[in-house]
Amino acid sequence: MSPRATLATSLRVLTQLRRDPRTIGLIVGVPILLVTLLRFVFDDQEQVFDRIGGPMLGIFPFVSMFVVTSVTMLRERVTGTLERLMTMPLAKLDVLLGYAVAFVLMAVVQATAVSLVAFGLLDLHVAGSHVAIVALAVSNAILGMALGLFASAFARSEFQAVQFMPAIVFPQMLLCGLIVPRHQMARPLELASDALPLTYAYDALARVTTGLGLGGRFALDLTVTLGATLLALALGALTLRRRTP
Amino acid sequence: MRVVRGGVVALHELDAEVESGCVTGLLGPSGSGKSTLMRAIVGVQVVDAGAVRVLERPAGSPDLRRRVAYITQAPSVYGDLSVRENLRYFARILGVSAARVEETLATVGLEAAAGRVVNRLSGGQRARASLATALLGEPEVLVLDEPTVGLDPVLRRDLWDAFHRLADGGAALLVSSHVMDEAERCDELLLLREGRILAAGTPADLRARTGAGDLDAAFLRLVEEGP
Repeated sequence: MSPRATLATSLRVLTQLRRDPRTIGLIVGVPILLVTLLRFVFDDQEQVFDRIGGPMLGIFPFVSMFVVTSVTMLRERVTGTLERLMTMPLAKLDVLLGYAVAFVLMAVVQATAVSLVAFGLLDLHVAGSHVAIVALAVSNAILGMALGLFASAFARSEFQAVQFMPAIVFPQMLLCGLIVPRHQMARPLELASDALPLTYAYDALARVTTGLGLGGRFALDLTVTLGATLLALALGALTLRRRTP
Repeated sequence: MRVVRGGVVALHELDAEVESGCVTGLLGPSGSGKSTLMRAIVGVQVVDAGAVRVLERPAGSPDLRRRVAYITQAPSVYGDLSVRENLRYFARILGVSAARVEETLATVGLEAAAGRVVNRLSGGQRARASLATALLGEPEVLVLDEPTVGLDPVLRRDLWDAFHRLADGGAALLVSSHVMDEAERCDELLLLREGRILAAGTPADLRARTGAGDLDAAFLRLVEEGP
């Protein structure tokens, strides 16, 4: 592992993003549009907007970074640049961390911009701190990146990579408690949600939003989210092979 | 060594050697196993039996990653970056200076196009951008999979001159091609067909051995004679 190669990779990924202003526009603009829509859909139900809005801010980066990573990584695999990198003096961890650093920066931009609009213009109220929401958003972005990296190994085309988003992300969004509280779900669904990382990511956000205690359950949420991120990164690293058949 | 790809034997009990200080041409029709052999040499191919040694080490050893450079048949550079941005990235990984980037751009004749995004370049320019990344680190072994495909004659001549300069400096170059007229520019040749070495030697050797006037005819005679 070398910090130079890691940093070089981050710089390269950021330059690629900068060369594609439309994608940056979409990454930042779409969540702003969605949160604005949400605000006016629940125009006369402010408490609903407040309950859903806070967690949504923290989930957008998860979704965006999942898609961006799975597509960029797939491109690396199919264009042969990954194979070239694997013949060069850099560690797999340099590639992974390089990506992580670049996407964390992107997630900070995204989460900050969306939060500024939501809290400043749309009058979103959360009981906890705004900074905590942004921090959780960034950690969810890394989780999304790690899952996207892993998913990219199973896609053969960009079409497939994009379709992994609804396949992997939507079920987690349906089950995480955002739409229906988990204890009101059928028992099998509740058990399934116990096994999904977004459940814990959502729970942490919901706790900051509602001001429910940040005690043991909050610590568990953070631990599971971090653990799932590391597990996905490790599995993703296994799919970066130096030697292929 | 022996390589099986997708249930088919891609290389049969292949045994060959490539010398330092010369340009070895790897020639053969498409599907003959050229790319597989090159992948095995740079250590990205799973080898089923036998051993591949490069600079007295097993192929793919970590310390070879600085000493061996490889370009794939399809240009493997980032399409959404400019040529210079691509080279700067690979240079940083190799720990090579920005001045060396400019030098390499000149070697492949891409100074004028350096600021352009790779996706907007012609196929030949893209191939040269890919080639440039392999030249950056001044490697001791260069494995180049069809580096001159689709280039105009002047550029091809210039690049072959550059290959020979590198060989004169002591590097080992293995260059694949399916065009026989390029074989004449090599010091040594390996003719590959259906995953086996059909013949090896200098171009003059092969012509003399087959009594053919040019290498195209020599290759055909070797195929007819069988191994």
